[in-house]
Amino acid sequence: MFDFLQGYNVLGAFWVTVQLAVYSAIGSLIWGTLLAAMRVSPVPLMRGFGTGYINIVRNIPLTVIIVFTSLGLFQTLGVSMGADDFETINFRLAVLGLIAYTAAFVCEALRSGINTVPIGQTEAARAIGLSFTQVLRLIILPQAFRSVVGPLANVLIALTKNTTVASAIGVAEAATLMREMIENEAQLILISAIFAFGFICLTLPTGLFLGWVAKKVAVKR
Amino acid sequence: MSTVLYDTPGPRAKRRNVLLTVVFLIALAALCWWVIEALAAKGQLEWVKWEPFFTDSRAWSTYLLPGLKNTLIAAFLAMIIALPLGALFGIARLSDHGWVRGAAGTVVEFFRAIPVLILMLFANAAYSEFTDVSPDSRPLYAVVTGLVLYNSSVLAEIVRAGILSLPRGQTDAAKAIGMRKGQTMRFVLLPQSVTAMLPAIVSQLVVIVKDTALGGALLGFSELLASVRPMSANYGANTIASFTVVAVIFVALNFGLTTFAGWLEGRLRRGKKSTGAVVGADAVEELATPGEHIEPGADGTGFGPGGREK
Repeated sequence: MFDFLQGYNVLGAFWVTVQLAVYSAIGSLIWGTLLAAMRVSPVPLMRGFGTGYINIVRNIPLTVIIVFTSLGLFQTLGVSMGADDFETINFRLAVLGLIAYTAAFVCEALRSGINTVPIGQTEAARAIGLSFTQVLRLIILPQAFRSVVGPLANVLIALTKNTTVASAIGVAEAATLMREMIENEAQLILISAIFAFGFICLTLPTGLFLGWVAKKVAVKR
Repeated sequence: MSTVLYDTPGPRAKRRNVLLTVVFLIALAALCWWVIEALAAKGQLEWVKWEPFFTDSRAWSTYLLPGLKNTLIAAFLAMIIALPLGALFGIARLSDHGWVRGAAGTVVEFFRAIPVLILMLFANAAYSEFTDVSPDSRPLYAVVTGLVLYNSSVLAEIVRAGILSLPRGQTDAAKAIGMRKGQTMRFVLLPQSVTAMLPAIVSQLVVIVKDTALGGALLGFSELLASVRPMSANYGANTIASFTVVAVIFVALNFGLTTFAGWLEGRLRRGKKSTGAVVGADAVEELATPGEHIEPGADGTGFGPGGREK
């Protein structure tokens, strides 16, 4: 029943999916943190830039961004991300697109975390004579990080599902392989079940686990 | 202005802020300059490439507007089919019977865990194999089916959260005047939770509009994104210009919806007539995550100040 699987590297395709997700997760955490720092900074210009970036990027479909990285950045402007072969170029472009898009959501998650800390906490901390860095290090950030685990987990799971969009520029990940298999084999239901199962394995346990962690560490107010 | 992070600036902080502003401005200007240089070097800034969108009405009537129309049709169809389905599953998840709850829960968790693109690819192949939908309309069917399967499960969670966000007293009162379970749901809980869910439903519409673009890139559905290729082929390789225009349309459309959802949420929260229960617009992302539910009153996210007490 499963002999048609020979000749297809399903695990390899899912491995590319995981790689896309991990690289984009790291990148978007960094870029998203920078954006969040800008959005809460006392400098109005930085706040404006952060707000503008988020409102624009969040409202553009990820597909448009990913296709743009290939058609616009690579084919028109010649941005090749320091790679020579098409496979690596497309992979890196997809990661770039995913980072640009996901960072907006990471930023919003982080910012909402900082906003959950009541102002009274800072005031109390200052009242007992803590300096600004101490307030930040001991009072605000620990609480902010703990309340942000849940929203960040949601962003990362959405990112895992979004990696399928890289299929639009031919990155050899799970959705691309599924397309190819549907075209060549007559086992539609079985093929779909395999890929559905693969994604359930990736997202559902992560969702349950991170949801549990989020509940565990959340500051009860 | 003082926030959690910093106080109202004194003279030293003010000087530092000015310095930061200048440094950031220089960095931003350098970035803009670099991008413009790169664009100019490839001739993408020439007026000829941008002109069609301002002077040639055919760019709009042949490519952009039909694309936008298809995007909106797909989003609208997906929404109106997914809403009743979502309501059905959401209510089934709250059923008193274990097997109904379990079955509905399994379906909802299953479709929330799978990327919408996988569902669209499956629908597309299934329509060509098992039905005689004409190849012309197949992409639309596939896109709408994929969107419905995914979004009805997310909407089910929204409905569930909306019903759970209502104050307990509503159910108690309905029981006290002798309503049956179905009556309580139909006459008391659903009408109120629909209002509570409106902001979340509107922001889910943004997700749907964005996901239609998948059909354009991968299934040959002629929506807004799909109009980029023929446009840039027709107007002299103006890829950047075409993408910019398409992106601006998407941003305008979705930004409008987001703003409307936010306005609606604020209005409902302030409203005196409602029970005060609101499923916030920003809860949508959370509800789309498999295995995760927002619990009423647990951390306050997504629920109004008048939500159910712990």
